[in-house]
Amino acid sequence: MTFSFWRRQKRDSELDEELQSHLQMAAQDRTDRGEAPDEARDAARRELGNVGLIKEVTREMWGWASFERLMQDLRYGLRVLLKSPGFAAVAILTLALGIGANTALFSVVNGVLFNPLPYPHPEQLVWLAESKPNFVTGSISFPNFQDWQKSNQTFTSMGLSRGYSYNLTGLGEAEQLRARLISSGFFDVLGVSPAIGRSFALGEDAIGVAPIAMISGGLWKRKFGSSPEVVGKSLTLNGKAYTIVGVIPASFELSLGGFHDIDVYVPIGQWNNPLLPKRGAGLGFHGIGRLKPGVTIEQARADMQRVTGDLAAAFPDTDKGIGAGVFSLKQTMVKGTQTFLLVLLAAVGFVLLIACVNVANLMLARSMVRTREFAIRTAMGASKGRLLRQLLTESLLLAFTGGAIGLLLAGWGTKVAIAQLPVTLPRAAEIGLDMRVLLFTLLITLACGIFFGLGPALKSARPNLHDTLKEGGRGGSGSRHRAQGVFVVVEMAMALVLLIGAGLMIRSLSALWNVNPGFDSHNLLTFGVALPPSMNMSDPAAIRAALRQVNRELAAVPGVQAVSLSWGATPIVSDDEDLFWIEGKPKPTSDNEMSMALSYVVEESYLNVMRTPLERGRFFTPQDNENSAHVVVVDDSFAKEYFGGTDPIGQHIVLTNKGGRAEIVGVVAHVKQWGLDSDDKEKLHAQLYFPYMQLPDEAMALSWNGTGVMVRYDSKMPAVAESMSAAIKRISSEHVMTSTQTMDSIISDSLATQQVSLILLGAFAVLALGLASSGIYGVISYVVQQRTQEIGVRMALGAKKADVLRLVLGTGMAMAGIGVAFGLAAAIGLTHLMADLLFGVSATDPLTFILVAVLLTIVALAACYIPARRAMRVDPMIALRYE
Amino acid sequence: MSPRYQNRIELLQGTLDLLVLQTLRWGPQHGYGISQAIRSNSGDILQVDTGSLYPALHRLERQKWITADWKVSENKQRVRVYRLTAKGNRQLESERSRWAQVSDAIAGVLNPAKKESEA
Repeated sequence: MTFSFWRRQKRDSELDEELQSHLQMAAQDRTDRGEAPDEARDAARRELGNVGLIKEVTREMWGWASFERLMQDLRYGLRVLLKSPGFAAVAILTLALGIGANTALFSVVNGVLFNPLPYPHPEQLVWLAESKPNFVTGSISFPNFQDWQKSNQTFTSMGLSRGYSYNLTGLGEAEQLRARLISSGFFDVLGVSPAIGRSFALGEDAIGVAPIAMISGGLWKRKFGSSPEVVGKSLTLNGKAYTIVGVIPASFELSLGGFHDIDVYVPIGQWNNPLLPKRGAGLGFHGIGRLKPGVTIEQARADMQRVTGDLAAAFPDTDKGIGAGVFSLKQTMVKGTQTFLLVLLAAVGFVLLIACVNVANLMLARSMVRTREFAIRTAMGASKGRLLRQLLTESLLLAFTGGAIGLLLAGWGTKVAIAQLPVTLPRAAEIGLDMRVLLFTLLITLACGIFFGLGPALKSARPNLHDTLKEGGRGGSGSRHRAQGVFVVVEMAMALVLLIGAGLMIRSLSALWNVNPGFDSHNLLTFGVALPPSMNMSDPAAIRAALRQVNRELAAVPGVQAVSLSWGATPIVSDDEDLFWIEGKPKPTSDNEMSMALSYVVEESYLNVMRTPLERGRFFTPQDNENSAHVVVVDDSFAKEYFGGTDPIGQHIVLTNKGGRAEIVGVVAHVKQWGLDSDDKEKLHAQLYFPYMQLPDEAMALSWNGTGVMVRYDSKMPAVAESMSAAIKRISSEHVMTSTQTMDSIISDSLATQQVSLILLGAFAVLALGLASSGIYGVISYVVQQRTQEIGVRMALGAKKADVLRLVLGTGMAMAGIGVAFGLAAAIGLTHLMADLLFGVSATDPLTFILVAVLLTIVALAACYIPARRAMRVDPMIALRYE
Repeated sequence: MSPRYQNRIELLQGTLDLLVLQTLRWGPQHGYGISQAIRSNSGDILQVDTGSLYPALHRLERQKWITADWKVSENKQRVRVYRLTAKGNRQLESERSRWAQVSDAIAGVLNPAKKESEA
C-alpha cells in the first residue's frame, strides 16, 4: 500500500508535467503562427480545457480508483468517528480490552501449549518412568536405567536425574544449593551444550569415580563473576571437593518438576546413598530420552516392553511387573495446565464475543441516528455497495484501533500478569508475542470488525428513502428491535455459560475447602535444616545428638508450641515410600510382591504439631528411641487395607529398609498426602509412621543433610520464620535453613489453579452479566418508548396496569428465556471441557445449572422492570395527545 | 468526474484508439504531437479533445499497447514520448480490419443499391 502510494505521487507529478509541456508546445505553435505570447497562452489553455478534470479522468485509467476510494472512505470514517468521540472511545476501549485479553491469553497458550520445545528436534524428546503396581509414573532405579540404555534399539540417547541439595561452604556464607544428580549423557539428550568447559563424559556417572560437577549460569555469575577460569576450580559440596568441569548456559530451562533455579549438576554416582546400586530401590529418579529419527512413541514403547520384559526375566526379585513409561516430553510438561489454559482461552473468547455484540449494538443505535445521512447519500446516487463499504471501513477502523491498543496492552501486560498469577506456568519464559500471536490478533481484529460491522451495515445500507426523508419518519424501527433482540439473546446465552463455569468453580472450591486434610494447617510452619558439612561421615550417635539439639533449640523459642523433625513424606509437599510385609503372612519372594506404604519418619511430638487425631492405641514416646524395640503407627487406610476388621495393634510388620521387624502400636487418622483434590484419585493410600530416632544407622547417616522440620506456633507469635532462622543460626553458623513455608500457603498454592480459574471466570461472568442486563434494559426501554401510544390506547380502552406490566415484562422474558435456553444447551456441551478443574461436582451439576439460570432470569427481570414501570405510568391522555 | 468528458471518451473510444495507434506507427511522438498529427492528417477535420487524448494514452499504456519515456525535445523541454509496442502493432492491425468492416458495412447501409448491383 505504501509502495503504490509513493508511486502514485510520482505519476501524479509526471502527469502534471506532461500536461504543462502540452500547454507550452501549443502556445509555442500559436506564437510561431504570429499570435501575441499572452493571447497564445490563454488560447492554448482554453483549448486544453479543465486541467483538474483531465487529470482526474486520466488518473482513473491507472486502475487505482479502489485505493483512492478506500482512502476517501477512511478519511470520511475518521471524520465521522471524531464527530462522536464518546461512542468511538467506548467502542475502541471495549474492543481493546477484549482483543488485548485474547491476545494475552493466546500468547500464553501459544508459548506453553503450541510452540515446540526450545531444543533441536523437540518432537523426538520423551519423558521416561517406571510403571509399577502402585505408580503409573514411578521412579527408575539406576541399575535398571543403565540396562535400558544398553539394550534399547529405538533411542539415540537417554538421561536420568533427580533433585538434590548440597551445603556449599568455602565461598562466603554457607548456603544450600539446589542440585540435580544426573547421568552422563543428560544434556546431550536435550542437545544443550555447556557455555564453557564440558559436560560429563561416559562413565563419569559411575559409583566411586572422582567427584566432578557442572554449575549453572546463575551460580557462575553469583559466585565466580562469570570468570572463564572457573573450569578446573574446586567447589566444596557437603564438605567434599568437586572439580568444576563446565558451566550450563544461564538460558537453560527445563520445565519439569525440580529443574527450576538449579545451581549445580553432579553425576549420579557421587550420591552416597547405599540404595543407589539396588535394582529395586525407588529413589525418585526419572528419565528423558531422544528417539531415533523416524521412530514413533509407540515403537519406542514396544521396544521398551521387550527391554523391561528381559529384565523381569533376569531379575524377577526386583523387576517382575515393572514396565517402562514413555511419554511425550512436551505433553508431560504442560499436562497440568492444558485444561486450565484452554478453559480460560474459551472464556476470554466469550468475553470478546460479548464485547463485539455490545459494539454492534452501539453501531446499530448510531445507524438509526444516521439513517437520514444514508438516505441522502443514496438519493444523491451512492450505490448500496458503496454505503456498505463505507460502514465496514468505519467498523474496521474501530476494530483496528482497538486491536492496536489491545496488542500494546497484551505486550505489556502478559509478563506482568504471569508474574502476578499464583499459578506457576510451565515454559513461562517462552511466552511472548511471536508471528503466530500477531497473526491471531490480526485475524480476531478483522473478524471483530466484520462481525460487529456487517449486521448494522447491512441494515443501514438499504434505508427506506421515502419514510426516512419524511420529517419524523421512523424507518426500520421494527427491524432494529429484532436485531437488538438477537444481540440480547446472544449476550444472555454467553453470560449464562460463563456464570455456570464460575458457579461450578465456586462449588468445587467450597468442596475443596471443606475437605479435611487430616491435620490442622493453620499456624503450622515447615522448613528444612541441614547440619554443618563437617557432620558428613560423622557417626550416627553424633547426628542423633545434633538433631535432638535442633529440636530443643526450636522448641525453646517463645511462642512455639510443638516441634517435630520429619523425614520421608511431608503431606502435600513430597512423598516417600517403604516396602514391608506383614508378619505371619508368607514372606514375599521379591520386592515386587511386597506391600507399599507412604512413609513418615517423625518424632513423638508429631501428632501435637499436626493435630492429626489418634484413633487407637498410642503414638510414639521419647522412649521409642535407638535403644528400644522398633514400633510403628499406621493410619486407618493402612488398618483397613491390611487388617480389615481385625485390630492391628500388637501386630508386627517387617520393613525392608528400616531395620526389619516393628510392632504396630497405634492407629491415626488418614492424611490427604496427595493434595485435597487428588488424594482420592491416587492408588497409594496406606500410611506408616516411624520414630525418627529408630532410623537405622545408614539412613541416619544420610539425614544430616536436609531433614524436614514441622513447627506448631502460637497464632500471636510474631515473625515466626525469622525466629526459627535465628534459633538455627544460634546453634552454629554452618547450620542452614531452607524452603520455609506455612502449611496454609502450601494448601492454598495447591488449589491455585482452581482459585485463579474461579477469579477469572467469575470476573468474566460478572462482566457478561452486566453487559447482558444493560442490553436487555436498553431494548425494553426502546420498545416501551416506541409503543407509548399503543399502551396509551390500551389503557384508555380499559387495560389495567398489571396488563401493561405483563405485556412489557413478557417481551423481556421471551428474550431472556430464549437466551437462557441456548445458554443451557451450550453449557451442557462446553462444561465437560473443564471437568479436570472440578472437584466434588459434576460438569453438568443440575443444581448449579438451575440456580444460575434462575439468577440470570431474575437479573433480566429486574432489568426489564424499570422500563416496565415507566410504561405503567403512561398517562393515556398525554400519550394520545401526540397521536 | 464530469459526465461531459466521460461521454466523449465512450463516444470516441474505439476510433480514438485506432487513430492514436496509427499515428504512432510513423514513429514515437508526444501527446501534443499526436493531437497535431491527427488534426493535420485529417485535413483539420478531426480535432482531438485533450480531455479524451490523455486518458486514452494512459489507458493504452496500461494495456501495454504503447509505452512512454521521458525525452528532451528540440526546445530543451522534457516531454513524455509514446511508442508503439509489438502488442500494440497487432492491436492496430485488428482494429484496422475491424474499422474496414464497419466502414464497409456502413457504406453498404448508406448505398444499398450499389451493393446489390455489385452482388
